[in-house]
Amino acid sequence: MLTYITRRILSSIPVLFGILIVTFVLARALGDPCRAMLGEKATPAVCLEFNHKYGFDKPILTQFVEYVGQIARGDFGVSIRYGRPVTEMMVERLPTTLELAFAAMFFAVILGIPLGIISAVRQNSAVDISTMLVANIGISMPVFWLGLMLAYIFALLLKGTPFQLPPSGRLSPGMSPDPFYVVWGLNVASKGATSALEFISRLNMVNAILIWRWDVFFDALKHIILPAIAVGTIPLALIARMTRSSMLDVLGTDYIRTARAKGASRYAQVMKHSFRNALLPLVTIIGLSLGSLLGGAVLTETIFNLSGVGKILYDAITARDYIIVQSFTVVIAIFFVVLNLIVDISYVYLDPRVRLD
Amino acid sequence: MSEFIQDTSASEMAKLQAEKLSSDKPVSLWGTARRRLFKRKSAVLGMVILALLLLIAIFAPLIAPYDPQQVLIGIEAVKARQAPCIHLLGCPADQPQHIMGIDGNVRDEFSRVIYGARLSLIIGFTTVTFAIIIGTAIGALAGYLGGGVDNVLMRFMDVLLAFPSLLLAIALVTSLGPGLTNALLAIAIVSIPAYARVTRSAVLSTREMDFVAASRALGGNTLYILFKRILPNSLTPLIVIGTLGIATAILDAAALSFLGLGAQPPTPEWGSMLSAERNQVFTAPYLVFYPGLFIILVVLSFNLMGDGLRDALDPRLAMKSK
Repeated sequence: MLTYITRRILSSIPVLFGILIVTFVLARALGDPCRAMLGEKATPAVCLEFNHKYGFDKPILTQFVEYVGQIARGDFGVSIRYGRPVTEMMVERLPTTLELAFAAMFFAVILGIPLGIISAVRQNSAVDISTMLVANIGISMPVFWLGLMLAYIFALLLKGTPFQLPPSGRLSPGMSPDPFYVVWGLNVASKGATSALEFISRLNMVNAILIWRWDVFFDALKHIILPAIAVGTIPLALIARMTRSSMLDVLGTDYIRTARAKGASRYAQVMKHSFRNALLPLVTIIGLSLGSLLGGAVLTETIFNLSGVGKILYDAITARDYIIVQSFTVVIAIFFVVLNLIVDISYVYLDPRVRLD
Repeated sequence: MSEFIQDTSASEMAKLQAEKLSSDKPVSLWGTARRRLFKRKSAVLGMVILALLLLIAIFAPLIAPYDPQQVLIGIEAVKARQAPCIHLLGCPADQPQHIMGIDGNVRDEFSRVIYGARLSLIIGFTTVTFAIIIGTAIGALAGYLGGGVDNVLMRFMDVLLAFPSLLLAIALVTSLGPGLTNALLAIAIVSIPAYARVTRSAVLSTREMDFVAASRALGGNTLYILFKRILPNSLTPLIVIGTLGIATAILDAAALSFLGLGAQPPTPEWGSMLSAERNQVFTAPYLVFYPGLFIILVVLSFNLMGDGLRDALDPRLAMKSK
């Protein structure tokens, strides 16, 4: 088992290295960094100075070694537009995106799995057919369109009803709760601990609980619902479809027939004997969905005006802040590889057959 | 003479016996697949939607009442973002009819949506064709040659697959510069690994088959064997993921256009039309609703067809149904 895990970890090292090469090629070799950042009208003299300032005039191999070194140290360079270190900006914005991702995943799992199970158990029933049709429409929908339509429906059409939901921002105006460490009167000396506390306090809903302000908590919750539905719809559809097909496979096996023959209740047949065995492909789908969720975050955060990492990426794209775009690509790709690694390793615990190999 | 009679009767016998054998039409993979495909209601729905969209795209100039880029200022008494006016639904007959309203630049939204079908389908087909050609070549080389070539090519594909596809496409376009061509190139590049992987595994499984060995024994050269013997046998998975790939390509292209990286105004592209009016969603929701609705329709049609094809072309399922 340990050898499997070690082998799996080691095998992702070349992929990580490959990611660095690809992003480096994208950043430096493909196209002219100066033109890309300063625009087509940049004069050669300006470009010469620019390239010298950012080290783009050094030999390409030297640049690559420096690039890898920087990333290993967690230094992603300085944003051209904001003049601030990219790492600092990312740490600041990450909590919002994390909250969005968790809320979306929660929505997708809590609805997708039961829908998939019901569809499989009642195969070809009206519930099954309509769920699968809606799931098909769900994966065919542009995230940004869904977001805009949700905003229109819940903020404008349902205005004045209890279902009204805010279409933008993370908290209502005027609502600015103190970070929990200030309320608690914590005094930390080390810089690392402070930034860790700051990071936690930026998770609005966690902070609200820590300072026991339920009005803030529900306000934050209300603001996350629409974006979470927008981002979560595609994973929801994928999870429902996957649960259904995986459950159908298991329900047709001999051991389920045995369970039925020995008189196990329908509930035990479905939940105990089938669902646990159908779980494995679901773990993969949930893991992979987190990746598409990050892509969706770029579009959704823009629409709902949430200042998460996706929003900076959008702003960076429009402002041609090339350094931010490249660093985000690296960070998210690395995150994605780690996520896949976790999914694979979780197999060891979920499926004894993997352990035996 | 008697020998001759015996001989005829023997051939008569054979004829009679042959007639007793079942005279079913020969079963071919494509025939079975077609029948199975038409049996699936969702796949048929997908084909119908796609056929309608194809007709709309082909006959766009006949269907669209206006030129998609024609600004109607001074031509008609209409305002920017005017609500839809449909005569059948009680819009006064003296007002010009605009089924989907007027966009922010005083153009007929309906005509733009209609022309958008052309662009959308072209985007889907070109990117996937490009990706399939390159992906198949890479996968076939890797699978057939094996060894170091295989290792290098497939590790590179693994790296590309390690990126979430939309983000890699965004990064590619920011490096190449925004524009529809670059956006299509980026989407094609990020979808190459999927085709390469499928082709490679199909090549690996057919490479060792007897008919390939026979072809080699008959003196067929590598390219002949690869293109005539091995690749046709890896066609089915490619058709399935290609169809589903068109759906993804269209969605990604719309997303890139929405981010301002794809089609540039005034091109009537659904994603960029939606993007241009997204801040007006509360005042002119129809300008956001319709382009999005058409994106859903076209993507849905390819998704439904892809799912149907996957089931229809799966020989295991075909056996079960017989």
